[in-house]
Amino acid sequence: MSALEIKGLNKVYSNGNVALHDVSLSVPKGSFFALLGPNGAGKSTLINILADTVLATGGSARLFDQDLFAERNWCKRQIGVVPQEVAFDPFFTPREVLAITSGLFGSKPDDAWIDHLLDRLELTAHVGKNTRQLSGGMRRRLLVAQALVHKPKLVILDEPTAGVDVELRRRLWGFMRELNAAGTTILLTTHYLDEAEELCDHVAIIDQGKVVTAQPMADLMQQVASSYLWMNYDKPLSLSEADTLALADFKPRVSDTGVCLQLGKLENGQSTFHTAYEAAVARFGPPQDAGVRSEDLEDVFLRLTKKEIRETT
Amino acid sequence: MSTMNLRGCMTLFKREVHRFLKVKMQTIVTPALTAILYLLIFRYAMGERQVPGLDVDYFTFLVPGLAMMAMMQNAFANTSSSMIMGKVMGMNIYLLMAPLSALEVVVAFLAAAVVRATVVAVVFLSVLSPFVDISVMHLGIILLYGLCASIMMGGLGLIAGMWAKDFDNIAMVTNFVILPLTFLSGVFYSVKQLPEFWQQINDANPFFYLTDGFRYGFLGIGDTDPYASIMVVIGTSLLTIVSCWYLWRIGWRMKE
Ligand SMILES: Nc1ncnc2c1ncn2[C@@H]1O[C@H](COP(=O)(O)OP(=O)(O)O)[C@@H](O)[C@H]1O
Ligand SMILES: [Mg+2]
Repeated sequence: MSALEIKGLNKVYSNGNVALHDVSLSVPKGSFFALLGPNGAGKSTLINILADTVLATGGSARLFDQDLFAERNWCKRQIGVVPQEVAFDPFFTPREVLAITSGLFGSKPDDAWIDHLLDRLELTAHVGKNTRQLSGGMRRRLLVAQALVHKPKLVILDEPTAGVDVELRRRLWGFMRELNAAGTTILLTTHYLDEAEELCDHVAIIDQGKVVTAQPMADLMQQVASSYLWMNYDKPLSLSEADTLALADFKPRVSDTGVCLQLGKLENGQSTFHTAYEAAVARFGPPQDAGVRSEDLEDVFLRLTKKEIRETT
Repeated sequence: MSTMNLRGCMTLFKREVHRFLKVKMQTIVTPALTAILYLLIFRYAMGERQVPGLDVDYFTFLVPGLAMMAMMQNAFANTSSSMIMGKVMGMNIYLLMAPLSALEVVVAFLAAAVVRATVVAVVFLSVLSPFVDISVMHLGIILLYGLCASIMMGGLGLIAGMWAKDFDNIAMVTNFVILPLTFLSGVFYSVKQLPEFWQQINDANPFFYLTDGFRYGFLGIGDTDPYASIMVVIGTSLLTIVSCWYLWRIGWRMKE
């Protein structure tokens, strides 16, 4: 059974922006689902429609086999959403905020569960503080706790780790993995594609309000189009027009650490490895280190959307 | 399957009450202080002058109206400030995400506004009671008019809070709509003292009937017959509730 079944969802904002165009998605029960897309793809719009903070302009959805729009209040009790924008109530302490959120969702605050959430989200030391005194990262973790406080069956996280450091991110994902193992369906958006690849068993990529692909992560990763030659230099590279032209066959991408070239096959079946390597050495000189790797989620994403997941800064 | 969420409604009500109890300075100290200021200014500076045409001294006449004005302003402030704070801080989404019906939300907000207005009126009147004769002639009228005024103003505050984009918008409504209407609702004078033209303007001010009826409950005197206005006052309160309910239900200025 699906936890969530979305059919032909549309959203046109009042200013004419088409944020979602006939989006259909199926999120299997118990899955750990990555909803990926470049900035402005419509991820938050989709999530906010599920959360009932944005109104859809068309389409239908079923949540645990109930009509989302007809049985709104029942459905709301099954969902916990971490919004993308940090929100906080300057009048209350984290513990009060959690008790209030629980009450609003119609469930008696469960002190043991609240203590557990505070502990797992590393807020125990700050329970007595006013939320005004919390740092941005703490406020975001409090939002995660708020989403979980009424024990929802579907947890939706909209970029919960934006601006959260690596260590904390790992611990947060560890906690989500535990919840998932205990049966909670999790849907998340993130810019960390390596983490999404490692965590999630299902993936959907949307771009410009349309679904580009949606399938089990393993299936997607099996259709690896190609492998890559990476070459590390001890300095960031930049591509001149001449470089781009010379390496055009290999769709070069440069990063802080070096360059990455897409490999293919020659007509005789031989890999283009050798030509690619020679061409790069001709442009940038011998690398410090080099190797071949298979396509990862970031490459797939780039191939399907032709966009970086983040605007390069 | 749509069951009521009484716990949610109760939680929201308590949250709104806690909110004003946490700013006691504004909700309890301010009305007590203004009571003392009014006492000094109107009682001691103006002496025991009589209100023309009414058999009562000016300060005794003033007190119920001032209490009503404080109630109205506080009921408005409670809902409007909570809504705009929630909007600016992003917290209002929790009211939209929670399984709360529009009626549950509206009832919780208005009930909290009524509680705040009542607390303010009680503090105000208690501070003044040693200095002025606060008689109660018609308790039912006092309670009904107090309740209806709080509901109307709490409801207007809720609507203004939904409409506003920032604190400035709210300050604008407070300063240009709420303050003039409450100040000109006959708190400081009997309409009989006004020129004809202003009496007509006054007749169109809904808050005039509330203030006048409330005062009648204490003093047994007034410019209008409060029993004749009862249905209008109750009707307007219900209309306010229905408007709030409808606007919340469609997500007016809350959901894109
Ligand atoms: N309130 C709004 N009014 C008008 N357009 C909006 C609004 N919110 C988002 N959009 C537009 O809708 C599209 C999708 O936005 P969003 O859902 O936030 O994308 P994502 O979360 O994937 O970055 C974007 O083009 C964005 O500019
Ligand atoms: Mg977003």
